[in-house]
Amino acid sequence: MAGTGKAHLRPGDDVLVTVEDLVVEFPVGRGRTVKAVSGISFDIRSGETLGLVGESGCGKSTSGRAIIQLPRPTSGSVTFRGVDLADLSDEEIRQRRTHIQMIFQDPISSLNPRRTVGDIVAEPLRVWGPSDASEQEAIVDRMLDSVGVDPDTARDKRPHEFSGGQCQRISIARSLVMLTNRGNLHRSRRRSRSSSRSRGRGRGRLLICDEPVSSLDVSVQAQILNLLEDLKAGYGLTMMFIAHDLAVVKNISDRVAVMYLGKLCEVADPDTLYAEAAHPYTDLLLGSVPEPDPTVEIDEGLIEDGELPSPSNPPSGCRFRTRCERVTDLCSSEEPQMRAVGDDHFVACHHPLAAVAG
Amino acid sequence: MDTAVDPAVAARRPWIRRFVAKMPWVTRFCASWLIVIVAAAVFADLIPGLADPNYQGFLFGDGATNEGPGLSHFLGTDNNSRDILARIVYGARVSLTVALAAVFMGVVFGGFFGSLVGFVRGKTDSTVMAVVDVILAFPGLVLLLTVVTLLGRRDLVVIATVIGFLSIPPYTRVARANALSISRREFVTAARAIGTKKRTILFREVIPNVLPTLLAYAMVNAAVIILLEGALAFLGLSVEPPTSSWGTMVNASRVDLQINVWPAIWPSLALVFTVYSLNNVGDWLRRLRSVRSAAL
Amino acid sequence: MPDNVANSPLLEVDDLRTTFTIPTGDVKAVRGVSFTLDRGRTLGIVGESGSGKTVLARSIMRLNLGTNVTTTGTAAFDGNDVLTRSPSEMRQLWGSEMAMVFQDPMTSLNPLVRVQRQVTEHLCRHLNLNRSEARQAAVDLLREVRIPDPDTRLRSFPHELSGGMRQRVCIAVALACEPSLLFADEPTTALDVTVQHQILNLLSREQADREMAMVLVTHDLGVVAGRTDDTMVMYAGTVAEYAPTVSLFADMRHPYSEALMRSIPLTSFPSHTRLAAITGRPPDLIDPPTGCAFSPRCPYVQDHCVNEAPPLVEIDDPAHRLACWTPVGSPEALTAFEKNLAAGLPQAVAVDVSTTWSPTGGVDG
Repeated sequence: MAGTGKAHLRPGDDVLVTVEDLVVEFPVGRGRTVKAVSGISFDIRSGETLGLVGESGCGKSTSGRAIIQLPRPTSGSVTFRGVDLADLSDEEIRQRRTHIQMIFQDPISSLNPRRTVGDIVAEPLRVWGPSDASEQEAIVDRMLDSVGVDPDTARDKRPHEFSGGQCQRISIARSLVMLTNRGNLHRSRRRSRSSSRSRGRGRGRLLICDEPVSSLDVSVQAQILNLLEDLKAGYGLTMMFIAHDLAVVKNISDRVAVMYLGKLCEVADPDTLYAEAAHPYTDLLLGSVPEPDPTVEIDEGLIEDGELPSPSNPPSGCRFRTRCERVTDLCSSEEPQMRAVGDDHFVACHHPLAAVAG
Repeated sequence: MDTAVDPAVAARRPWIRRFVAKMPWVTRFCASWLIVIVAAAVFADLIPGLADPNYQGFLFGDGATNEGPGLSHFLGTDNNSRDILARIVYGARVSLTVALAAVFMGVVFGGFFGSLVGFVRGKTDSTVMAVVDVILAFPGLVLLLTVVTLLGRRDLVVIATVIGFLSIPPYTRVARANALSISRREFVTAARAIGTKKRTILFREVIPNVLPTLLAYAMVNAAVIILLEGALAFLGLSVEPPTSSWGTMVNASRVDLQINVWPAIWPSLALVFTVYSLNNVGDWLRRLRSVRSAAL
Repeated sequence: MPDNVANSPLLEVDDLRTTFTIPTGDVKAVRGVSFTLDRGRTLGIVGESGSGKTVLARSIMRLNLGTNVTTTGTAAFDGNDVLTRSPSEMRQLWGSEMAMVFQDPMTSLNPLVRVQRQVTEHLCRHLNLNRSEARQAAVDLLREVRIPDPDTRLRSFPHELSGGMRQRVCIAVALACEPSLLFADEPTTALDVTVQHQILNLLSREQADREMAMVLVTHDLGVVAGRTDDTMVMYAGTVAEYAPTVSLFADMRHPYSEALMRSIPLTSFPSHTRLAAITGRPPDLIDPPTGCAFSPRCPYVQDHCVNEAPPLVEIDDPAHRLACWTPVGSPEALTAFEKNLAAGLPQAVAVDVSTTWSPTGGVDG
């Protein structure tokens, strides 16, 4: 199918997840469907943080959920540790959930209001073991402690007694219990603890963060971002960080992919992307970020309506052409393919802002 | 209300006292009435001095018909010279059993089916809801008459079962609507992402969140059922005489209404008090729950 | 307009306090806020959730619904206190003199009423227009807020419009009767970044064209920068710092303003820049601290800060007002910080380990 190309996919053994031609459709009634994601490809290396950025409705959250197969994508492949998850049965997917975890945007909604914090964080252990109660409690305490929540005061409380930031910490603790304690099933405590210190231990464990700081105050947002960086380093996690805030994505990512209306526009390392945006949409996004500096010139000209076209009836060719200043006839007739414009810098645009390398 | 209490101190108090401390006084009164009437109905045989509800004193030259309230019969006697107080207490058994049966069957079966189909959706959902709609559309009175005719008896078990069965559909609807919205919450997705089995998610994540709404609905529904039983009794379709129920008592009082209004007033008052109390306590429980949800 | 009226401030708020009574106690949401706003000026109110910024705006608009709210102090609009006005007098003021744009454009429009009626309702009430005049005025307004094809849009229901469009309609409703003061309460928080940019541009344009005063309430320092004349930083119901926007960003003197600025990732930072998070949480407003509200989280805290709340006073630049005993950059602050660091106070340590931060430095990273 005519996707946006795969030039940006990287070969090699250290690639943990490869997503190819991912399509996710949702029924909208009367037999019609809307394509939330229409053929995107990307990969994440072990130990890397991929930032996925875009505006609401661009399909970034849906892409993240498609990796954990909730719901299963309509077509395309998600290769995790060399296995295509689409080929697996529900039970096989369930077995693999210990390697892929997700944290959500609304920290309060992602915790069951009627269960205690200790109970919530221990849930993965009830499913996967160890079943010994005191061992479970020790793991829960250790994880709560590592996310900065005092286990003694928190254990018996319910989520609504905590602030949004703390709920997000608890939610992260639950994911970590999954990602770091699977080894306890078969191995001795001692061995798993010593190996969890080495970076290689967490290799192949993916944490998908779906807008984890969007509903938090800025000061709390910084706490959570720092925490995620620390945990990633401490447990050697691989992360996919989905957000609409460009500054946040730049801060935490090793590689950034920009999405628009179900397609990828541009992929690059964050410093390059923000300094030399090649896709007009990336440029528009960057120009729209309100900088907390009154001396920065604001482009007052942008005042007309330029909103997302309906995903159920996307424009032909390049999806951004209806809002693009550089639009030509080519843009409506032919869909641009992903191509390199620099060292590890890829763009899907017929008329990129930077000169095409080579 | 002791609002100024240090929260740490309050937290050490037994939960029941913390619960009561938050009640407005009307609700406290209503809750007390419900406790008293339930206790009286359950332990009616043990209440010292309570007359036999079916003892017709005037047949044995022991008392008169249509006595007003007095010392020998606190609430007076009816046109068969039976003690009204005793008949109200024993009548509460019928009214409350029917209400309890309806609530129990509604919460257990309706709650379970509703939560299940709201959670799994798809074909199961359409099938169960189609059945529910058929039951809802079927006239309850006709079903009751059919069952009574087929079985040839009209005792408490039959009446309670039929009314209980008929109250499953509305509970199913309430539970389904709630389960639908709860299943969309992220903690359910989170549980699936953990690899929790669907059945566990249903019982651990969905149903506990559906229950509070269901119980608040049950309080209001119980009031409706008590009135319904009263109406059935009035039509002569409830339990057979001489077993008393509040509805039967009002029905029987019709005959001598011009002579004596007390036999009509007392069971009506019991009915009004109980229905009001159930509504009030139910409302309060619902408010309590919404306050907690708002704090989320 | 007489000269004396034109020169007096449009809005003069003095010691405004708003308290919500809830079962667990009195939430002191706004605790003594004073400020003035001149005609045609823009004021940005910045704070995190629970800082009282929204409650303050709603208190001045008298939109704090409920019987459990008490507001004291004065808020003089055009020289007359609005807090003592009767509900019918307030209705005269709403729309024609003061208007408000809310955060969520979906809930602030009636979902069952077409755009036309929502826009014309106010016009008819305040300006006594007939139907066709009102319709024409509505078309003009929609055109002014840059809604394409306004004739068709008037017949739409709110849910048929995108978030940005709905917010444009809300702005049109607010501007309908030419108010002299517009409150914009987090007008772009629910919107995407490109739409936010357009809406802020629209608001700035309208504000300038109409010489209307505007209060922009937001949690985002980036939104107030470059869009407002003055900025007020609120924390726990009090004013921490109040200054002309340019001088505030050039020289943040309150430890909270500084910390807030430090905790925001900027696109100009290199990737993986360590952020200086503010430790702890905002205080409980049922039982706020006796001293400075920020003292439990402040890296420069001293005993004095805990015991006595600092007043809002003018510092060197008369327009720059500050409520702090140890302003950032002062020798006292440096001494206090070193002492706190030596004592291992978490908020001081947290600041020290971050790579972008230096206690003596200014705001620039």
